[in-house]
Amino acid sequence: MPKITIDNKEIDFTQGQTIIQAAEAASIDIPHFCWHSALSVSGNCRVCLVEVEKMPKLVIACSTLATDGMVVSSQSEKTLSARSAVMEFILINHPLDCPICDEAGDCKLQNYTYKHSNGESRFIESKNSKDKRVALGPNVMFDGERCISCSRCIRFCDEIVGEKQLTFVKRGDRVTISTFPGKELDNDYSMNVIDICPVGALTSRDFRFTSRVWEMSSTKSICSGCSKGCNIDVWVRNNQILRLTPRQNDAVNNFWMCDEGRLNTFKHINADTRINGPQVRRDGALSKVTWDEAFSAAASELKAFSKDEIGFVGSPQATNEDNFLFSKFVKSNFGIKNLTFFKHIIPGTADSLLQKEDKSPNSFGAELAGIKPSKDGYDFASLLSAINSHKIKALYILEDSNILEIPEIESYLSKLDLLIVHSVNSSVLTQRANIVFPAASYAEKNGTWINCDGIIQRIRPAVTTQEIDRSLDGFSMSRLDKFGTEYDRWNQTAKVDARPSWKILCGLMTVFGQKQKFSIVEEVFSEMSNTIPSLNGIDYSSIGDLGIKVSLKSPIPATIEGKH
Amino acid sequence: MNTNYANKNRLKDLTFWQKIYVPEIIKGLSVTMKNMFKPNFTLQYPEEKFIQPDSYRGRPVLVQEENNIERCVACGLCARVCPALAIEVQANETESEKERYPEKFEINMLRCIFCGFCEEVCPEEAIIMSKDYELVFRVREDAIYSKDKLLVPVKDLQDRINYLREFKG
Repeated sequence: MPKITIDNKEIDFTQGQTIIQAAEAASIDIPHFCWHSALSVSGNCRVCLVEVEKMPKLVIACSTLATDGMVVSSQSEKTLSARSAVMEFILINHPLDCPICDEAGDCKLQNYTYKHSNGESRFIESKNSKDKRVALGPNVMFDGERCISCSRCIRFCDEIVGEKQLTFVKRGDRVTISTFPGKELDNDYSMNVIDICPVGALTSRDFRFTSRVWEMSSTKSICSGCSKGCNIDVWVRNNQILRLTPRQNDAVNNFWMCDEGRLNTFKHINADTRINGPQVRRDGALSKVTWDEAFSAAASELKAFSKDEIGFVGSPQATNEDNFLFSKFVKSNFGIKNLTFFKHIIPGTADSLLQKEDKSPNSFGAELAGIKPSKDGYDFASLLSAINSHKIKALYILEDSNILEIPEIESYLSKLDLLIVHSVNSSVLTQRANIVFPAASYAEKNGTWINCDGIIQRIRPAVTTQEIDRSLDGFSMSRLDKFGTEYDRWNQTAKVDARPSWKILCGLMTVFGQKQKFSIVEEVFSEMSNTIPSLNGIDYSSIGDLGIKVSLKSPIPATIEGKH
Repeated sequence: MNTNYANKNRLKDLTFWQKIYVPEIIKGLSVTMKNMFKPNFTLQYPEEKFIQPDSYRGRPVLVQEENNIERCVACGLCARVCPALAIEVQANETESEKERYPEKFEINMLRCIFCGFCEEVCPEEAIIMSKDYELVFRVREDAIYSKDKLLVPVKDLQDRINYLREFKG
């Protein structure tokens, strides 16, 4: 294997790698703005200049191929002074408005200025003025003055999305970024340019001015928007989710996520429509009851029907653990004849990058966890017609908001004598329901999902409900969370009374005389991994931050689909 | 055993003149007498008030420019540096040139320890330690000062601003 020496460290590399790639593989950090490991080499920022022995001038590490026996120094005196000069050059026209700029605290240019610049500018002339607050598209705002023309955003649109939407216009120090006349930056992945922008030139119109990065805590989680399961960070301040950003996972989403997932999968968690506390219908209206009352009400109502009259709908939005306990509960009390789930597939919404047709994050896992009707039972479509013909009189639905997308769902629901739902938000389902259990959302519980490629990944709690505590339950914490007290105003935000579905099912099974020994979700998972062959030997620590591939005996048949 | 140790010591330490008590009383009274004719330092607060030096750190206030707009751009550094977690800032966008303004700026005066870090860290010279030290509240909620109480016209703060420019650069 060829070897290269970087900063006196001998590194193996593969032929064709550039110096910066070889250095990155050996976790040596060579500063860079325009280079991005997922994009082509542009070589315009010049900050990655390094000294190579026997080369007359400094070379840029991002476009110089590593060769066998090359000796590179990223810390020599010549390199450092060149780097500092490049920083000074980049900062000539960069406004020093960090207090105003949203990127501050999370800014590559700011960090490098502290690290690699001598901190003084000799430039006394007035800086260039360019267009500020340009709406490049529905989700992205552009500030021309802050732009350092690294072209990352242009290359992202060209190379990753494959839609040429951005370009440089004008020349010299007047160069700026623009869309084509009459066109917008409106591709499905446009907001990724905000993440890869090394400065605050591109900002999210949804998140701008909302919060400083250091005020929020970030929690590693998974996007719930479709079956791809993009890895995300959930950013929380004062117990409210403020934004989602993609998290690198080369096996799943690389660096990216789609705008749909980024913008539309978290706002319901902070919404006023959250179900707060269990509810039971009495005299035609839902009224709030205690958990124990709700459990015994559900048990006595279910016992009034014969086994064949009750349909059970698991959820591809709930975790494997929730579905596993659901199937266990159904199997031991009613038999799995009518146990199924709704696969929410919208044809034509898939693309070659990330988006998938299946709009639930865990269809794979739901089936693996045992949500599957027996051969003589109903699948989801026939379950609906059985409701129509009044063969099924009662329905128990695990948390699933996608069911609302079924056309004329209300007419089916109105034919039921009993409807029990676990739900995060109030909806047509909960308005029709006889018993409503408030379910914790994906940002309020631990659990696992299995994505469309069979990779099992963990979701983690980022928002507290009444029954969990941020510090005791091992959440990631911001400074205010760490040093504040429960009496502080930022801790006074209302917390919903909701529980993860597996816990609700544990309570319900106790009423059915099957007391469960589970106190934490890991115990549910360990029972799962002992009983389901595909999950043998897997536990939460082996899943880790990036997930692992589940060995699957057979691919999941796409039999249980929605009607549209 | 050792119970009388202090007593014994005391008897040993005292001299004869101390033991007879009267000269010591006279000594003490002479100090009192001397001070009776010295100038008076006590102020008759609240009728009389002391004049603070410019280095005095009273309650932190926000500078209000002459056009009645706050100077603060809601960067959040004061909230970050505050060791008592007393400051809460919520930024938002403004149409004016500086883009960012504090939609909400609150200081919990029960928490503030008057350390002046917020003033020191402020990049805009927008939060200033005023000379105001009279803070009275009847309920806890009153101790949370929001923008209506915090904003002070820049002309009333000129002393402190000049002091900062001269000594803190």
